[in-house]
Amino acid sequence: MLAEYSTREVCEEALAAVMDDYGTVIRRCYNVESWNFTAAGEAASDIKKVLKQLGINASLLRRVAIAAYEAEMNLVIHSVGGRLEMSVDTKKIVMVAEDQGPGIENIDKAMQEGYSTAPDTARELGFGAGMGLSNIKRCTDRFEISSKVGEGTHLEMHFNLEKR
Amino acid sequence: LKIRTIKELLKAELLAGEKAIDLDILFACGSDLMSDVLTFVKEQTVLLTGLTNSQVVRTAELLDVSAIVFVRGKKPTDDILKMATDRDIAILTTQYTLFDACGILYQGGLRGGAGGGNG
Repeated sequence: MLAEYSTREVCEEALAAVMDDYGTVIRRCYNVESWNFTAAGEAASDIKKVLKQLGINASLLRRVAIAAYEAEMNLVIHSVGGRLEMSVDTKKIVMVAEDQGPGIENIDKAMQEGYSTAPDTARELGFGAGMGLSNIKRCTDRFEISSKVGEGTHLEMHFNLEKR
Repeated sequence: LKIRTIKELLKAELLAGEKAIDLDILFACGSDLMSDVLTFVKEQTVLLTGLTNSQVVRTAELLDVSAIVFVRGKKPTDDILKMATDRDIAILTTQYTLFDACGILYQGGLRGGAGGGNG
C-alpha cells in the first residue's frame, strides 16, 4: 500500500532523483480528487513542466501531456479519487493512473470512440465525449489497462525516449 | 496569420495574453468539445469556442495552443483570464458566432490542420 500524499503535492521521496544502473530516475506522483474541476489538469500541467525542463522534444511532450490530461480528467470525472504517477529513466517515460473505484465494467466498450458513461456535468465542461481512453492509447507507445468493478482501474502508459 | 490579424478579422477584443499577439498561427479549430480538441489539435493553433471554463485554458496550455477566441461575445471570469495571462495564452472575444468566426478565418487563410480535414 502506498502512502497517501496531501492533495496535489509532490511526494517528497518521489522528488528525489535516484541514480541506478539506468541513469537518473525522476518520479512524481499526484493525488487527483474526484469531481474537483478547479484543480483538474494541474497534475498534467506539472508533468509537462517537469518534462520540458528535462528537454523532452516538443512532439513527445505533447503526447505525454495529452495522455496525462486525459487520464487525469478520467480520474476526476469517473473515479472516487486516485493517483497519477510519472517516472522517467534514460529510455522511457512511464505514467500510471490508478484509482480506488468504481472500476470499468466493459473495457472493450470503454475503449470505443464515442462510448461514454460520463454525466452531463462533465459534458458541459467539454469532456465526456468518449474519446479519452482511445486518445490515450493513440498517444502512447505502450498502453495497458486493467480494471475490476468495485476495486478500481489501473492504467499504464509508456513513452519511448528514442524515436518512434 | 498573426494573432493581431485574427483580432482584426474577427473585430475582436483582446482580454489577456498581450505578449502573444505577434505569434504566428497556422491552424484553427472550432469546437466546444475539449475531448475532440485533444485528439487532433496541433501547435500554432487558434482555438475558437463558446465554452468559457478553466478547462479550455488548461486544454490550450497542454496542447501549446497560443490563442483562444471566445465567440458570441462571451467573456470568461477574471481568474480564467489570469490563468491565460500566466501562461502567455492570448484570449480574444468576438461578437461573431462560432460558424461565422471560423468562416472568416478560413477565408483569411487558416485551415483545420488535421489529417482527415476535420477541424
